[in-house]
Order: sequence, then structure tokens, then C-alpha cells
Amino acid sequence: MNKQLILALSKGRILDETLPLLADAGIEPAEELGGSRKLLFDTNLPDVKLVIIRATDVPTYVQLGAADLGVAGKDVLLEHGAESLYEPLDLEIAECRLMTAGVRGAEPARARRRVATKFVNVARRYYAEQGIQAEVIKLYGAMELAPLMNLADEIVDIVDTGNTLRANGMEPRELIADISTRLVVNKAAMTMKHETLKPLIERLRQAVSKRRTTRDMSA
Amino acid sequence: MTIADRWLLPDGMDEVLPPQAARMEELRRALLDHYHRWGYDQVMPPPVEFLDSLLTGTGTDLELQTFKLTDQLTGRLMGVSADVTPQVARMDAHSLKRQGPVRLCYCTTVLRAKADQYQGGRSPVQVGVELFGHAGQQADLEILHLALSSLMVAGAQEIHLALGQIGIYRSLVQAAELDPEQERAIFDALELKSPGELSLRVAEGVQDPGLAEMFRALVELHGGEDVLTRAREVFAEAPAAVGAALDQLEALSAGVKAAYPEVELYYDLAELRGYQYHTGMMFAAYVPGYGQALAKGGRYDDTGRAFGRARPATGFSMDLKLLASLSVEEPSCDGIWAPFDEAPELAETVASLRGAGERVVQALPGQRTGPKEHRCNRRLVQQEGQWRVVSLE
Repeated sequence: MNKQLILALSKGRILDETLPLLADAGIEPAEELGGSRKLLFDTNLPDVKLVIIRATDVPTYVQLGAADLGVAGKDVLLEHGAESLYEPLDLEIAECRLMTAGVRGAEPARARRRVATKFVNVARRYYAEQGIQAEVIKLYGAMELAPLMNLADEIVDIVDTGNTLRANGMEPRELIADISTRLVVNKAAMTMKHETLKPLIERLRQAVSKRRTTRDMSA
Repeated sequence: MTIADRWLLPDGMDEVLPPQAARMEELRRALLDHYHRWGYDQVMPPPVEFLDSLLTGTGTDLELQTFKLTDQLTGRLMGVSADVTPQVARMDAHSLKRQGPVRLCYCTTVLRAKADQYQGGRSPVQVGVELFGHAGQQADLEILHLALSSLMVAGAQEIHLALGQIGIYRSLVQAAELDPEQERAIFDALELKSPGELSLRVAEGVQDPGLAEMFRALVELHGGEDVLTRAREVFAEAPAAVGAALDQLEALSAGVKAAYPEVELYYDLAELRGYQYHTGMMFAAYVPGYGQALAKGGRYDDTGRAFGRARPATGFSMDLKLLASLSVEEPSCDGIWAPFDEAPELAETVASLRGAGERVVQALPGQRTGPKEHRCNRRLVQQEGQWRVVSLE
């Protein structure tokens, strides 16, 4: 019977913070991940494999059942739409805020606000909720440039320290959502593989709370 | 328009080619015969209806899924059916008006406005059964029987059945007297199966500490057999309806186990799919290799109220296209090849072979393809003035 688990991990910073948690929960890659061009990895557990993909692809992989579970930022999940995905655990890593931001001191345009972002769906929803007519412009990076070049009045982006914003003469404005990294699980996988999945989620939950305790103590 | 555009199909619309079309048709017949033997009468709902009747009591999901057009004769808005179930409920409540239990089945193409890559595109072929007029768990068990046996007819193996009961959540919500906004927040957290999120929402909305504890426990009540035992403890002080819902789940689970010991059972007391119309038992059947359920169903009492007759109702449906993909059997090479010859004796022989149920492919003049391409393992040859069937192997 095929009880193999495929775990989809987001590349980059999230990956660096996810691996220690996985190790605490008893899952370690069978080989060094860095420097390899491989995308599919074995682990120390015979029935668990890892795929390392772009963060924005994780919800798609899990939703379509190509991966049974995955690790993805709440920002990506909000943008993608999390229908038919379970989100049983907040891993409490890569925490940041999804915010609107604009040029420091500038009055936000009243009539039709131009908003540059890569979170197109989130931005549309947010401004509609605020009763603001917004024209959303999709960009893939360097959001901070858009208001400076008069491409947009505001941006919607991830804010960590706010240093990039300040360096470009901008200020954070409204908070849209607090972001952290979540464990997501495919519905069909939860039904068919709950015997392996539920203990795994529990081990991760313990790893997260252990990490929280050590962090609180050192703080 | 370039030539390249002319063959292009709209997103999510697919054509079914041989041999898949033959598999689908074979399965369609097998399923409808199966339902016939269980006493289900076939109905054929119209492809288009007035929007108000199509969308009654079904919620916003279906509204988004429905293609709309204007009826030039009346100026009213019509919808192309995206889900047969409400149509069949209308037939039972208004068109048939029979007394006692009514068993209906159907198989028809529906259209969905949103391309859904995991649900058979925008033109799935919906096949299913509905049982009206009986509120007991015996009717639900009959539906479960039919769903599981349908999957087996289609060749499914290692079936996993997820059972739920929306009555539990409904009773808790009612007892906690939540306002719609609080309920929405708790609902969303349960849908995510997120204990952290749920704790926050419950703390905001639920005053009674006992009920709050039950809501928090609900999110963990999914998994194997132990779920029902744990639920008994958790809901010991719950409203009576919760106990009744658990009794019913236990009875259904015992019934399924007795008839299908090989089916793996999974329980999820926090499953809230179709909250807008489901009223009791719900289920979904999964098979390894498919990221979505192959069969979905449950109880949806009183949908017929809008059509003048509130009736208990339970049923399920599947997508025939998805179901037919379970079988990879190649069509058999079983035909008889007849040469091109206008001799009346040959025509007679061919006609009598076809009459006996044989597949006979007659060559056309100048044809370059032979028996193999047309899946024939035998051929007609003339021997001593007689046309005889000779094996090709």
C-alpha cells in the first residue's frame, strides 16, 4: 500500500528555518540540500520524501495532491486561496507583516489609488474591504521603486524590519495581516494517510512549542 | 483567426476520444444498470432552467459555477445546470409528487463556469443517485452501499471512505448562540483544521466554557476508529442531538464494515463541506493516486421546500470522466475483418454475424489500413464457395 509522504518545502529563507524544525520532528534530508541541483530528496525515513520548490508553488502542489503536505508562508496562502487545504499548524517561523506602504508624508490619492504588488488578489480584496477603488499593478520585485517612479501611489508588500522602505523614503501604513509560515495538508492525503500524518503533525507541533520555550527563555 | 485557433477548445472543455469514450460509455451503462437493479428510476433533467429554480437553497458556490444566459422569450435569466442534485430535488418535490420513498438516478453532462483542474474541467459528466422521502439512517446506508459498489464497478481498489456528520457542528453552533460573524470565524478555523486559529476564535465568541471546550476538541476529531470513542467523552454533556448524530455514525460505520470489510474508514466530525445544504451524514470516497474525492454525498433534507414539498433527501454523485480514468484496460482486439466484395452471400454472412453480436468491419474500396488497425483478430475468407471466419493469429 502506498503510504509514502511527499513533503513540499519552500525554497530560500523559509527552508533554512524549516529544516531544524523537521530535524526536531525526526525528519532529516538523506543528503546535503545546498549546492545540489536536485529537486527531489530522500530523507532518513524511508516513507518520507522532500521536494524543494518555489514558495508560490507549494499550495498548488499540495492542493492538487502532487505533495501530501507542504510548508508555505501565510502570504502565499492568502494570495493563492486556501480552498481544500488544511492548515493544521503555525510553524512560527519567517514571521513578518503584510502591509501597505507609501512615500513618507505623501497624502494617499483619493479617487483611484494605484497599487503595485505581487499579491494581486490580497490587494484587490483588501482595498475593496476598505471601500477604496484601487487599480492593482502586478510587479515581481522591487516594489519600493514603483511609487518613486510614479508608477503607483502605494504598494502592498511583506515588511520585516522596514529598512528597505525607509532607505527609499517610504513608510509602512496599514497592516493587512500578520504573516508566519504554516504547515498545509492535502485533504485526500489526510483521509488516506492519517495514520502517518497525524503523528508527524504532532511531532512538529512539539518541535514548534519547544522552540518557542527556548526563545522565550533567552529573550 | 489563424488556423491554429480553430482547433483550440475553451479552457477546461475536453473532447473524449477512443478508447476512453468507449470506457466511459461502458461504465455509464454498468452504473445505470446497477442502479436499476436497486430500484432507482432514471431521470433526465433539462440542461437549462430559470436561474431562481436552479439555485434555490444551494448557496453561493453553485451560483458562481453557473453559466447564465437570458431567455429571449421571457426576458428572465436562465442558468446552465452545474449540478444535477437540486434539479432532481425539484423533480421529486414538484413534478413527481409520489408518496413514500422515491429513488432516482441520472447521468448527464453539466457545465461549470470556473475551470477546476481537479474536478474534471468545466464539463464533467455527473452520475449519481438520490433517495427522497426517508429520514432514517437506513436510507443513508443504502446510499453508502451504492457509492462504494459504484466505485467497485468502476474498478477502484483501496477505497478510503471519509464519514462525517454536520449535525454535530450545527447543534453546537445553535447551543452557543453565535452571531453570524463569530460563527463565520469559527467555521473558517475549523475548515483549516487549525487548532491555534480555532482557540482564538472560540475565546472571542463562545461564552459557555463547556461548549468552548467542545468546539476546541472538534478540530482534533478526525482519524480512525478512536474518533468515535473520543467523541463520546468530549460530547458527554453536549445537546442530545450530538449524541444522536454519533449513534447514527456508529450504525453507518458498522453497516459499511459488515458489507465492505476491505474499505478503510476515516471519520471527520469537523468536515463542513456543503454546509449550506447538508443536514446530516456526509461522506467522500477517496482512492490512492487521486488528489480529490471520487464520490461525494450525504443528507440534504428539505431542499424541496422551495418547490412546495419539504422532503428528507440523501444521495451522492460522481464524475464519470474521472471515474472512467480508473480503468486503463485496452479495448479488446475482437473484431472480424470482411474484405470489400459486393457479393450478396458476403453481405448475408456479415449481417448474420452482426446479428449474433459480432463486431464486423468491412473494408472500403482502396483502403490501405488492415485488420490490425481496426482491432480485428479474425477475417472472413471465401473457401469452397462459402464465407468462413478464419483466425488471424
